[in-house]
Amino acid sequence: MADLTTKTIAQLRDGMRAKEFSAAEVFDQYFTRAENSRALNAFVRFNVELAWDQVKASDERIAKGEARPLEGIPMGIKDLFCTEGLETNAASRILYGFRPPYESTVSQNLLDDGAVFMGKLNLDEFAMGSSNETSAHGPAINPWRREGEETKLTPGGSSGGSAAAVAARLCAGATATDTGGSIRQPAALTATVGLKPTYGRCSRWGIVAFASSLDQAGPIAKDVRDSAILLNSMAGYDPKDSTSIDRPVPDYEQAIAGGVKGMKIGIPKEYRLDGMSQEISDLWTKSAKLLEEQGAEIVEVSLPLTKYALPVYYIVAPAEASSNLARYDGVKYGVRVEDDNIHEMYKKTRGEGFGAEVKRRLMIGTYVLSAGYYDAYYLRAQRVRKKIAMEMAAAFEQVDLLLTPSSPSAAFGLGEKSADPIEMYLNDVFTVTANLAGVPGISIPGGLDAQGLPLGLQLIAPAFGEETMIRGAAALEEAIGFNAQPTEWWR
Amino acid sequence: MTEQRNLLRGETGDWEVVIGLEVHAQVTSNTKLFSGSSAAYGAGPNENVSLVDAAMPGMLPVINQFCVEQAIKTGLGLNAKIHLWSRFDRKNYFYPDLPQGYQISQYKDPIVGEGEIEVELDAERTIKVGIERLHLEQDAGKSIHDLAPKESYVDLNRSGVALMEIVSKPEMRSAEEASAYFGKLRTIVRYLGTCDGNMDQGSMRADVNVSVCRAGNYAKFVETGDFSHLGTRTETKNVNSIRFVRQVVDYEARRQIQVLEAGGTIDQETRLFDVKTGETRTMRSKEDAHDYRYFPDPDLLPLEFSQEFVDRIAASLPELPDAKKHRFVEEYGLSSYDAAVLVADKDKATYFEGVASGRDGKLASSWVTTELFGMLNKEGLEITESPISAEQLGGLIDLISDETISGKIAKQVFELMLDEDKGKAPKDIVEARGLKQVTDTGALEAAADKIIAANPEQVAKVKDKPKALGWFVGQVMKETGGKANPQAVNAILKKKLGVE
Amino acid sequence: MSLDESTVKKVANLARIAIADEEVPHLMNELNGILGWIEQLQEVDIEGVEAMTSSVEVALPMRDDVLADGPTGGGQPQAVTKNAPKSDDHFFVVPKVVE
Ligand SMILES: [Mg+2]
Ligand SMILES: [Zn+2]
Repeated sequence: MADLTTKTIAQLRDGMRAKEFSAAEVFDQYFTRAENSRALNAFVRFNVELAWDQVKASDERIAKGEARPLEGIPMGIKDLFCTEGLETNAASRILYGFRPPYESTVSQNLLDDGAVFMGKLNLDEFAMGSSNETSAHGPAINPWRREGEETKLTPGGSSGGSAAAVAARLCAGATATDTGGSIRQPAALTATVGLKPTYGRCSRWGIVAFASSLDQAGPIAKDVRDSAILLNSMAGYDPKDSTSIDRPVPDYEQAIAGGVKGMKIGIPKEYRLDGMSQEISDLWTKSAKLLEEQGAEIVEVSLPLTKYALPVYYIVAPAEASSNLARYDGVKYGVRVEDDNIHEMYKKTRGEGFGAEVKRRLMIGTYVLSAGYYDAYYLRAQRVRKKIAMEMAAAFEQVDLLLTPSSPSAAFGLGEKSADPIEMYLNDVFTVTANLAGVPGISIPGGLDAQGLPLGLQLIAPAFGEETMIRGAAALEEAIGFNAQPTEWWR
Repeated sequence: MTEQRNLLRGETGDWEVVIGLEVHAQVTSNTKLFSGSSAAYGAGPNENVSLVDAAMPGMLPVINQFCVEQAIKTGLGLNAKIHLWSRFDRKNYFYPDLPQGYQISQYKDPIVGEGEIEVELDAERTIKVGIERLHLEQDAGKSIHDLAPKESYVDLNRSGVALMEIVSKPEMRSAEEASAYFGKLRTIVRYLGTCDGNMDQGSMRADVNVSVCRAGNYAKFVETGDFSHLGTRTETKNVNSIRFVRQVVDYEARRQIQVLEAGGTIDQETRLFDVKTGETRTMRSKEDAHDYRYFPDPDLLPLEFSQEFVDRIAASLPELPDAKKHRFVEEYGLSSYDAAVLVADKDKATYFEGVASGRDGKLASSWVTTELFGMLNKEGLEITESPISAEQLGGLIDLISDETISGKIAKQVFELMLDEDKGKAPKDIVEARGLKQVTDTGALEAAADKIIAANPEQVAKVKDKPKALGWFVGQVMKETGGKANPQAVNAILKKKLGVE
Repeated sequence: MSLDESTVKKVANLARIAIADEEVPHLMNELNGILGWIEQLQEVDIEGVEAMTSSVEVALPMRDDVLADGPTGGGQPQAVTKNAPKSDDHFFVVPKVVE
């Protein structure tokens, strides 16, 4: 039998319906491959028993001609999404053993559409990180390597497990979340497609919260069409999430065909950072050309406040996190470190349960909200955030989409950037603005650098401009024609 | 001006006490403020707890519209400004009864702003107390400390229940004023139906802020708005009766004066009231209790509604106690204080109105407050449990007014309605038992003649002492089984005995 | 603005995170590095700009006051307490709280 793991979700869907192969065969191939790829540390937990029941049910439905949109599609779920009865610990020791008695809305939407969950995917602890190195399970490993080297590289973060798993074909698609770039940066580093929707497009209900005003779920997939198919299922209004938007979900897969003819695409000049590598700069220029050749008009736009986006983010996100993570206190779930004094119990539990990066951010967040500093840090950051969002909105008066690189560098070696938190934070320099403004962004593979590592390109759209964004991404994807695969060193 | 009654005498001179109340009133909703679990009292441990209330990872709050409406209603009842735009903030601190690690409350932008209410102290004195604000917030859970020697047991049933926190201005100047204010708030929310006012179940409780300052300093504060003229305040938490509020103020004022006069200082601290001893004591150490790191809750959006939304609620408001009080004075000729006593309880006011409507208001008030309330008190019954309906009592008053029976017979009929003739109309009772007043002059004259003939010595006495006429009236009444019209008897006797 | 060691300890206490004394200097340096970098926000002119707390510009949706089934409703003390490190008879159990 052919290697079904090379197929996209669209191909698997169509193939199963045409009875070319069964859901069981698809699952078996993916699962075998995933089990043999433990070296990538992408899956932290498999869902074998439950999954097989689902697979059988899928084949029965397909046989009866009752297949749902994602019937029998094997998916990986970032371990930030609560899955009913299946341990969810957000890659944090403090949540070890937590089995949610509920299913997140987004994962439930996928289940309702027939998707099969293979297991839970690695991530940075509580989604705080850009390299997967803050995971309590150790980092997921990027299937891509520098040519002729064996150095282990990061798949990016925080959705590093999702990106690594899709890139290595361990699952057909994966859920991910993006607070400052956590879908798009790992997608860029692994040559996958990562789509962060408009804030409020996907429900946050049942997703372990990091920074509530920024967190947004989205897919990581093999190509743009698959990301659109997954978004169709994940998106939707949820009355259980007060920040969810009541707005119909269009058919995103349909949007692919449109092309970019007549579209205005902006190139934000301030994104050309000092010290940007020539390769990234060239890739950016080349891709703009490709879009132009397809009939788009390329316009230079100015977003001078961009440089303040990361510092704003590193106040707002830790502030919200410091409050969101207060519930991990050793009382209701997870792990407790005992002490006779309740407040000592809290401190020990949290001191031992959280990793270094989480603690650092909780400290920053606590500090910027504390008496005497609130105005200077938190309030100021929220006002700068407003200015950034206004600037972004003004840019979208001129253009339909923005084109930028997805990340400032290709995948880097584990441990290479972990000494300096700020250097690590700079990974999100191109992605974080979309989170602050609440607008959608997508990263697609742009090409390989001189060392053979993938580089990503990002398109950003105005709020609820997902269809336009998908249209642009599909056109660019086709023009680039990227089809490289990592060599399978890990099996 | 500082009135004499507000001064407290110390060893070193006179002091004044200043009191502000933060009252937590539980909204009478079916479900919690941000989740769909029951807000009912008295369920088993963690029975009324949703996964939202238990702060499970990824759970999110969704606001209960009914609670918002009740807050608006209460704000209108406090004559306060309703804010069409408000917001929820998180108040962050760690405590086992606070599962989220923060309380969702309203800090900077509350749903209700400033207002003012009238508070009656006694027959002569009514004061006005300013309301600073009213905001919506979540209640906390409960820790039980006596189920195990070294552990506390946590029940989150109350966690997330909707509270309205009503903050007064620091305008109360005595224990009496503070407790009367608390009682008046209870009356208002019960009228509105926004809180059941059940203090035993914790539906209403007050945080009592007390400070003392030297005589004359309060006036300076009022003049300048500068809090430095006032002393440092203590906050005694969760005081759940009107009487306890009075005790807390008395105790705290005395304690603070003693400390200050001994050269000590008052800590701005949280204290607990001990019901058994009537004293307050320092609560948990508060090293960081005052750095709550409030910030807007990012899981919620601003709470916005239109003026029409408020107007619709305003149109549905019942008559409020002050309006009712003023109307009772006008319509039924009651004194302001009697009216205040009647309106203090909505059910009592409704009952009274059922009796008084279309009748002599004063007579109705006297029957309701004296006979009926006296009887209910004795029997330990609520007005809603009264064995005599307003309609029955009204019928009885009709019989008095049209002179069918005397006041004395009326009391007899009242007793019968409680017992043998329960549920019967007074008119029927009077008819059946032949209690009708005798106004037939012939019969009364015959009775008078009989008494006069039988008592010559009394007849002689009454010539010098006209007051002895009363004795004859009594005898005639007795003779007629109490059914005689006393006025008629009086007139006949006067004529027959030649008394002016 | 930069943190001294006592502020670091104070903040750790507020956040209820135990940190060993020997960790404090290193943590202080890291935090000061981040805060120093954030300091550039002081350059931005925010005169007349309101704070942005959400990118969503609609009013808060409200729900009806009716009992819910499932995770957002009650009547499931078992589910509520089953993940607790320590519980008894559907109560959460914690070290004694002294008020
Ligand atoms: Mg208080
Ligand atoms: Zn309160």
